[in-house]
Amino acid sequence: MGHALPSLLGFFTPLSGGSPNANQIDSLYKIVLYIALVIFVLVEGGLVYALVKFRARKGAVPAQIRGNTRLEIGWTVAAAVILLVVAVITFTKLASIEDPPNSGPAGAALADESGPLTASLNRKLPPNGKALNITVIGRQFIWQYVYPGANEPDGLGAPYSYEEMVVPTNTTVSLNIVSSDVVHAWWVPELGGKFQAVPGYHNYTWFKIPKPGVFHGQCAFLCGRAHARMIATVRAVPPAQFEAWLTERKLLIAKANVQAQAARAKLRIQTGAGQVENP
Amino acid sequence: MATYVAPVPQVAAHRVEREERGWTSWITTTDHKRIGIMYMVTTFVFFCLGGVEALLMRLQLGAPNNTLVTPTTYNQLFTMHGTTMIFLFVVPMMAGLANYFMPLMIGARDMAFPRLNALSYWLLLAGGLVFYASIFWNPPEAGWNSVVPLASTQFSPSGGQDAWIYLIHLTGLSSLVGAINFYATIANMRAPGMSWGRLPLFVWTILTYSVLLIFALPVIAAAVTMLLTDRHFGTHFFDPANGGSALLWQHLFWFFGHPEVYIMVLPGFGIISEILPVFARKPIFGYKAIAASTVAIAFLGFLVWAHHLFAAPVPEAILIFVMISSYTIAVPTGVKILNWIATLWRGAIEFRTPLLFCVGGISIFLIGGISGVFLATFPIDWQVNETYYVVAHLHFVLMGGAVMTIFAAIYYWFPKITGRMLSEGIGRVSFGLMFVGILTTFLIQHVIGLDGMPRRVYEYDNVGHLALYNGISTGGAFIIALGVLTTIINVVRSLKVGPIAGPDPWRANTLEWFSASPPPANNFDVIPLVRSAEPMKDIRREIARRTSGEDVGAATVPTGATQVGV
Repeated sequence: MGHALPSLLGFFTPLSGGSPNANQIDSLYKIVLYIALVIFVLVEGGLVYALVKFRARKGAVPAQIRGNTRLEIGWTVAAAVILLVVAVITFTKLASIEDPPNSGPAGAALADESGPLTASLNRKLPPNGKALNITVIGRQFIWQYVYPGANEPDGLGAPYSYEEMVVPTNTTVSLNIVSSDVVHAWWVPELGGKFQAVPGYHNYTWFKIPKPGVFHGQCAFLCGRAHARMIATVRAVPPAQFEAWLTERKLLIAKANVQAQAARAKLRIQTGAGQVENP
Repeated sequence: MATYVAPVPQVAAHRVEREERGWTSWITTTDHKRIGIMYMVTTFVFFCLGGVEALLMRLQLGAPNNTLVTPTTYNQLFTMHGTTMIFLFVVPMMAGLANYFMPLMIGARDMAFPRLNALSYWLLLAGGLVFYASIFWNPPEAGWNSVVPLASTQFSPSGGQDAWIYLIHLTGLSSLVGAINFYATIANMRAPGMSWGRLPLFVWTILTYSVLLIFALPVIAAAVTMLLTDRHFGTHFFDPANGGSALLWQHLFWFFGHPEVYIMVLPGFGIISEILPVFARKPIFGYKAIAASTVAIAFLGFLVWAHHLFAAPVPEAILIFVMISSYTIAVPTGVKILNWIATLWRGAIEFRTPLLFCVGGISIFLIGGISGVFLATFPIDWQVNETYYVVAHLHFVLMGGAVMTIFAAIYYWFPKITGRMLSEGIGRVSFGLMFVGILTTFLIQHVIGLDGMPRRVYEYDNVGHLALYNGISTGGAFIIALGVLTTIINVVRSLKVGPIAGPDPWRANTLEWFSASPPPANNFDVIPLVRSAEPMKDIRREIARRTSGEDVGAATVPTGATQVGV
């Protein structure tokens, strides 16, 4: 019995374990679940008891009661108090769910990015202002992740990846979620809740993964016919490995850009100079 | 049974016409009872269509990575299913029940505007036909809430989306006209003595339903008009590339959409509040609290829409406000459930089919109400919203609050409409199948959602136990279908062979049982003076007093009716 209850509740609780915010949501969920189970058993039990106990029998005389003001005020107040308690518990948990902590000592070295360009009313940064800021772009039907490190003044040239996001462990990762077409929702259950990507808006969340691992998720807002195939994977690796991966991405992208430039130049020669606008 | 004595009309019955027959009499009718029947039959047909769509979806999800239907067809199925169940079944079914019974319950001879009433029905049918005509071309596929930009011409170029817009406009007009009609009827045509404090609780909920519709429908009408002009006339209300807002749609839609939930379940609450006292043989516990909580829910229903937008980019202050307002709405809802249990308490409960559907509905709705508190807590909502958890939640709310109560209403009022009783035995089987089916289908969906499966996906990988869980859910859906089928058989069979009901088979409390079954065209030859919230009890008591010694229960009501209550 000692093991049965927690495992039964585990069956009935959200996924967690990848990031502190997901763990805090899970623990808030469990508190509400305990309260809800008690209310469910009491109310459903009262209903069943009334049905069994007061079924029509020979000689049963139904009591002609029309109400009881004290009782009714009592249970109205009781219901309000229970919900007030749930609200207070939620507020006490809120900071640990919404506010990202600092990166751990073993995390990746990060620049202080809380400059005027990234400051936002809704975006929450760790107390020391340092987080790995990744822009998550939703588009039919793939996720794109843009890392810091733009080498051109207009913000271009930043390393990016599709579908699989690689992040360093022990590092606070702050996500800026946007969309380039329809509404999507970023969701990797073990790393916290889902947030919509709405064209024209920015939405923010964060996670901090303590140890290496792979976490699966998918788009959680109807975005069209291949919505079910718009998957997301987050792979957490030690910071050194992450740096190596990021360097490799930069090299690959630079190489691909050179190749593309060469292809465009070739095309320009074939079709006549100036024919290809905006290469 | 006491001999039937034709009553001497006290008030000249206006326009008592010969019973008309033939199909033209149905097309041209302005009788609220015939319009009510047409509403109920039409919406039940749509209910069956929506049910078939649901079964096809459950078949597709019965196995992981199934290829029974294409992704496009799957998106069309859930769009049609949601739209049908909400706009073509629950809301108009409640209008149909209100059409038939509200005038009878308040002692009126028809609705305030009988021809407008016919217009309401024909607009509904037109909306349904326009919408379902799209299945011969391209059905809509952007979901029942048609969120932009997905529903814009760029991403949904097909005419199915426009069919959806016309459905919203036509059924919206139908509901709006109907709501004004209900309101005018209840406000002006109540029997003498029927003060607000004696109004049957079903009528209270229909009044609230009407007010909610009158306030909420213009918002959705505006939103879909904006969508229509965005799609075809070059406006940019929802286009961020041209200064519009993609988020605006979600706000406008849910400002209508959440009151719509109460539009769907409040009449169901009214049905429960009528049926429980009859079969518990006890007055309703806390009449005033139930009427007041109905109005409170309606008011608060307009303050909670943004809990559908917890995951959208909205300011923290809104998240907190809406969480609190959503908690607040749980209070009057909980009060209703406790009042119903108190109504059963110390009663002498007769387990007839209408009562079974009512208590089944309450216990199912309770699960949906409790999971609603989880969803109102926005950090929890971030995990469970847009997953199968929310699919389970909304189906517990609507199956308990609307479907089970509609079936309770069918079993309770069928004798009044047709003059014949439905079979108790078949009714019990239908209840059992539906109750077990709903629990089997939807309880496990909470777990499917908690395990990370989003809603509106046509396929899933067999991660964890998803295949098993989805298999259970699919099996449950077919049990529900069997339960519905059983009731259809019961209705068809009882039309021919059901025992004759008589005017008041349940010994009920409200005035519809004062008339014959089925009621004549003018409803009442005599409209009695109402002296309490349970006029039929007074009438039976009066009859018993005057004919002391006779069997009170089976008294043929119109006997001596001219004198009753004078």
